[in-house]
Amino acid sequence: MKTSPLSRLLLLLTALLAAWQVAIGIEGLERVPVLAYTVGFGILLVACLLLIILGLEVLESPVVVIVSTVIPLSLSLGLVWEHLTSWRTAYLTFVLAGFLAILVTRALPFKGRLPVIVLAVVHGISGMVIFLLPSVLAAQGTTRAGFALVGLGGALIGLGGLLLSFLKAGRPILPRETILRILPALLLLMTATFVAGFMLA
Amino acid sequence: MTAKSPMANHQQSILQRIRLYLPLIKSLQTSLLLATGLAGYLSAHTPPSGLTLLGVAVSLFLAISGSTVLNMWYDRDIDAVMNRTHHRPLADGRVSPTEALRLGLILSILGVGLAVWMSPLYGLVVFAGLFFDVVIYTLWLKRRTCWSIVWGGVSGGMPILAGRVMATGQIDLIGILLSMAVLFWIPTHILTFSMRYFADYQSARIPTFPSTYGFETTRAVIALSAIIAAASMGVAGVMIGVQAGFLRLMAVLSAGLLVLSFATVFRPSERVNYSLFKYASLYMLASMILLSI
Repeated sequence: MKTSPLSRLLLLLTALLAAWQVAIGIEGLERVPVLAYTVGFGILLVACLLLIILGLEVLESPVVVIVSTVIPLSLSLGLVWEHLTSWRTAYLTFVLAGFLAILVTRALPFKGRLPVIVLAVVHGISGMVIFLLPSVLAAQGTTRAGFALVGLGGALIGLGGLLLSFLKAGRPILPRETILRILPALLLLMTATFVAGFMLA
Repeated sequence: MTAKSPMANHQQSILQRIRLYLPLIKSLQTSLLLATGLAGYLSAHTPPSGLTLLGVAVSLFLAISGSTVLNMWYDRDIDAVMNRTHHRPLADGRVSPTEALRLGLILSILGVGLAVWMSPLYGLVVFAGLFFDVVIYTLWLKRRTCWSIVWGGVSGGMPILAGRVMATGQIDLIGILLSMAVLFWIPTHILTFSMRYFADYQSARIPTFPSTYGFETTRAVIALSAIIAAASMGVAGVMIGVQAGFLRLMAVLSAGLLVLSFATVFRPSERVNYSLFKYASLYMLASMILLSI
């Protein structure tokens, strides 16, 4: 499927938003959240540039599973480090162990459902953190209401992850062409809600 | 049907010539080199002078375009036998060699002349770029050794150095680092190109790294040069005093370059090669913008 000019434009806008977030949107935070958000948005930026260069077919590469896990892991680490100080060490351990587990189960020829279970657990927990933590904090009034947009971004990242995972598993929820057509818009919406949420926090 | 006036015919003829000349200056490559020159000037963050900036842009554009036309004039026999280039106006005879030589010389003389008039040191650096490119790289080494790329790289690093020299009035360490960044960035672009069009270069009997040392060594050279390019750009960025956020962004983009470079070594494929080739240009353009802010 050829990548349309509109898809390229949406990906370019996503890349620019991610670049803005890395350069300006996370100024003044502590070192670990800055590093975590830089990794998350940085991967998003480079991924969008590669999607523009190579087309959406590149999503079929096995590396995508590993790379796409780093985004929710790093973003959730940044959020936990900022807002759940007593969970910092535990969550950092989970992030490192989770990433390692995905790396190992994807790199080595594991039989059975272990690779899928590991992926679901790591993706699921980090996705829930991104969705729930900002939503709860905003609802409690601990942060400004706009921070809930980060939670919305978390929901969108989860949706994108689900669509891609089922597609790669051979049981697509939607037709492949439809998924590839809506993905750039989904990525842009996700990044825009993240950027707006952090700005309004 | 109305007959066109002699004036309209003359204008149409000029437009047709200009349309033929455009491929001779390789607009994308010239634009990227021009962008490095402007970034070199802006990286000094001296009080902005619109007129000087315009002068830098015009002189570099003329000199880079001139040297490109002269290269194409000399390499027209190679272009004619390569699939990728046989349709170029000089190779297929739409522009005569004498006309191209005249155009190349005029552009080069105007470019270097303007540069010397603006500042002798700036003019010297612009001239050095042209000299390395046309005389050392194209006339002397390109058909003899694959190492000619080094001199092509040195020449490619001159616009950014020239821009910096124009702003600071001297050749400083930052300028040399920026120049080095371009020099070592060039293999990520040119060597991936020579792997992609390996057969073309073979048929033209041009020695390249892949034909001399093999693909594996070429990929290792690409990875190594990407590391040095990214490091030079990073150190120059720190020395210039680029804001922390923009440095972070440079680090992210450099990481992308390094990952792709290593992918060409450990997971070589046509797709990875092509993505590195394209990404390298984006990387350079983005880095130039970040250095200028």
